[in-house]
Amino acid sequence: MRDSSRLHASKLGAVTFVALLLFAVGCAKKAPPPPPPPPPAPATTAPPSTAAPVIASFTAEPSTIEPGQASTLRWSISGATDMTIDHGVGAVQSQGMRQVFPRTSTSYALTARGPGGMDSRSVTVTVSTAPPPPPPSVPHLSSADLLQQQAQDAYFDYDMSEIRGDGRDALTRDAALLKQIFQQDPNFSVVVEGHCDERGSAEYNLALGDRRATAAKDFLVQLGVPADRLKTISYGKERPQCTEASEDCWQKNRRAHLSAGQ
Amino acid sequence: MKRIILLGSLVLGVCGFGHAQISSKIVKTGEKPTIAVPDFRGAGDSQKFMGAFNSTLFNDLQGSGQLKMIAKTLYPVQVPQQPSDFRQGGPSFADWSGPPPNANYLAFGYTATQNNQIVLYGWLFDVRQSNPSSAQLIGKIYLGSLDEAGARKVAQEFAADILKQFGATSLIGTRIYFVSDRSGHKEIWSMNYDGSDQKQFTNYGSITTFPAVSSDGTKIAFTTYPVLASSRNANSAQFSKQAQNLGQPQIYVHSLETGRKLVYYNQQASMNAASDFLPDSRHLLIYSTANGGFSQIYETDLDGADLHRITHSASLEVEPKVNPKTGQDMVFVSGRGGTPQVYRMSIDGTDVSRLTTGEGDAVNPAWNPDGQHIAFSWTRGFEPGNFNIFVMDVASRDVVQLTHGSGRNENPSWAPDGVHLVFSSKRGRNTQLYTMLADGSQVQQLTTQGNNEKPVWSKSTQQ
Repeated sequence: MRDSSRLHASKLGAVTFVALLLFAVGCAKKAPPPPPPPPPAPATTAPPSTAAPVIASFTAEPSTIEPGQASTLRWSISGATDMTIDHGVGAVQSQGMRQVFPRTSTSYALTARGPGGMDSRSVTVTVSTAPPPPPPSVPHLSSADLLQQQAQDAYFDYDMSEIRGDGRDALTRDAALLKQIFQQDPNFSVVVEGHCDERGSAEYNLALGDRRATAAKDFLVQLGVPADRLKTISYGKERPQCTEASEDCWQKNRRAHLSAGQ
Repeated sequence: MKRIILLGSLVLGVCGFGHAQISSKIVKTGEKPTIAVPDFRGAGDSQKFMGAFNSTLFNDLQGSGQLKMIAKTLYPVQVPQQPSDFRQGGPSFADWSGPPPNANYLAFGYTATQNNQIVLYGWLFDVRQSNPSSAQLIGKIYLGSLDEAGARKVAQEFAADILKQFGATSLIGTRIYFVSDRSGHKEIWSMNYDGSDQKQFTNYGSITTFPAVSSDGTKIAFTTYPVLASSRNANSAQFSKQAQNLGQPQIYVHSLETGRKLVYYNQQASMNAASDFLPDSRHLLIYSTANGGFSQIYETDLDGADLHRITHSASLEVEPKVNPKTGQDMVFVSGRGGTPQVYRMSIDGTDVSRLTTGEGDAVNPAWNPDGQHIAFSWTRGFEPGNFNIFVMDVASRDVVQLTHGSGRNENPSWAPDGVHLVFSSKRGRNTQLYTMLADGSQVQQLTTQGNNEKPVWSKSTQQ
């Protein structure tokens, strides 16, 4: 602090010296009068009525947000009579700020117009699109729940145990589900149940349901499901899930169904 | 077109002929002995129970289907109470053997009270005889407790003796084993031939079905889904049927003398089902997936050992029923030709032939004790599932239809008399058990509670 004030004093001394020197030179030489000063240069700052608008600044802070968070737009404009920001912000003053809540990444364009022309600038608020955090690593669905909610039944024709096209689709999805379940739950086992509609005899249906369960199990094993985790059981017509005497209902009962084992 | 009509009438003609032939062979329509059974009277206190006595005697004789009962309105005014009543000026044989009753036989007698018991003096006379001394077929004393049950008992015993005279087997004392869900689960139950005294036999709390009773009446085999430990330990009230953890169906054998479960070794298989005892009561016919493929027919010892495979097919084979007369051949249901049909083969699996026509579903074969006829359930001419009971003469393959569109009729089983059948029928919301004569007449409903099915008429009177 002491150094800088000393420096200041010496600078002041030097300027005074130069001025005195110039004066001394001028006095010593008798010269013709100087020409009149040139006319002032055209003013660099135009009068308001004719100057073009200028956007001095336009920012978004922060420029990256999570969905639902706010970003603040700030701007400073001169020489404009009509100033708007798109995406619903609308008309604004020459100085200002506004909070915005974009759901997806948005470029805000600021347009300033005046008699002298227009200026525009845009700023982008990036909305983070990262997926929501994963669920806790401990599965909150038990394997039995998962099986019950997602496994699909394979349906059969009357008196038949051949896997139909729709049954292949269902069992193909079931095979993927079972592999996933067995991976996360190595001690889990699954029962492949065979069911029949009410029309055949109970004795024949016991044997037919056994074929349906076996056919479904064999199909799953072909798709790589470990056979030692699958047990078949035929319920014949003893456990119908639908009890009306209609084809709709009978079809629902002619099925192979997956349930949790021991 | 002409040929079709001709063929149609030919088939109808054959069926019509078969009908009459089978009916008369089994039920003896038209040639039954006629019998008059006037009301008996009781001396002293026994008179109070004579209403029960007279209705039991009449119904047992009528229900046999072996006798033609003569209406009581046709009887003469003078009714004998003992043989000495037939004398000059009293009742005569001609009063009964001539018009209007035209009876061949007369049952008569009376009851009295002796040592606080009811005593029945019962006689059966052939009233067509000219000489009273050669007319008597039965003259016997029966004792019972002095109450309504005692009166019914002596009536049943007298009726059984009368029926024996005509070569008929009395059903009194026989039990029908069946499946009922009235407890909330399918369990084995039993009852008398007339539906009285219904008792629960098993209490496995899962699905128990397909009973079979040995011919000596000492053992019963059936099929149960065992309740696995994990769900048995849980509070059973909170467990719905669907959530129960059940094992694969297994064969269980119980003693009917002690009620206890006997040792039976089940094959390692996805299903084992009991079907029938051989006539020696020491072997079982079962159907099982012990081979790892389709259900096939096997024979085992009573404890499940000594397994013999009988069928070798790539189709479903179920319900083997051995001929009770020969023990050398069986009927069974096979899907080898498409829809399930009734087939016959020898006990070693050879000489297979199809008995039913191939139309519809033909299932539930059951041998008549004569070893010549079977009853079965058939959907011929009906929608799938609409079964009716038919009887077939196995030698000629003539069939007669016994039920006609009265609901779904299944699982016929013959009474020891070879004349009655018990079967299940769904005529309302629930399935119930009925008996009828082998000509389709005298239908009687035996059960009313819950659903009742799979009846099997024990061939023995042992309870």
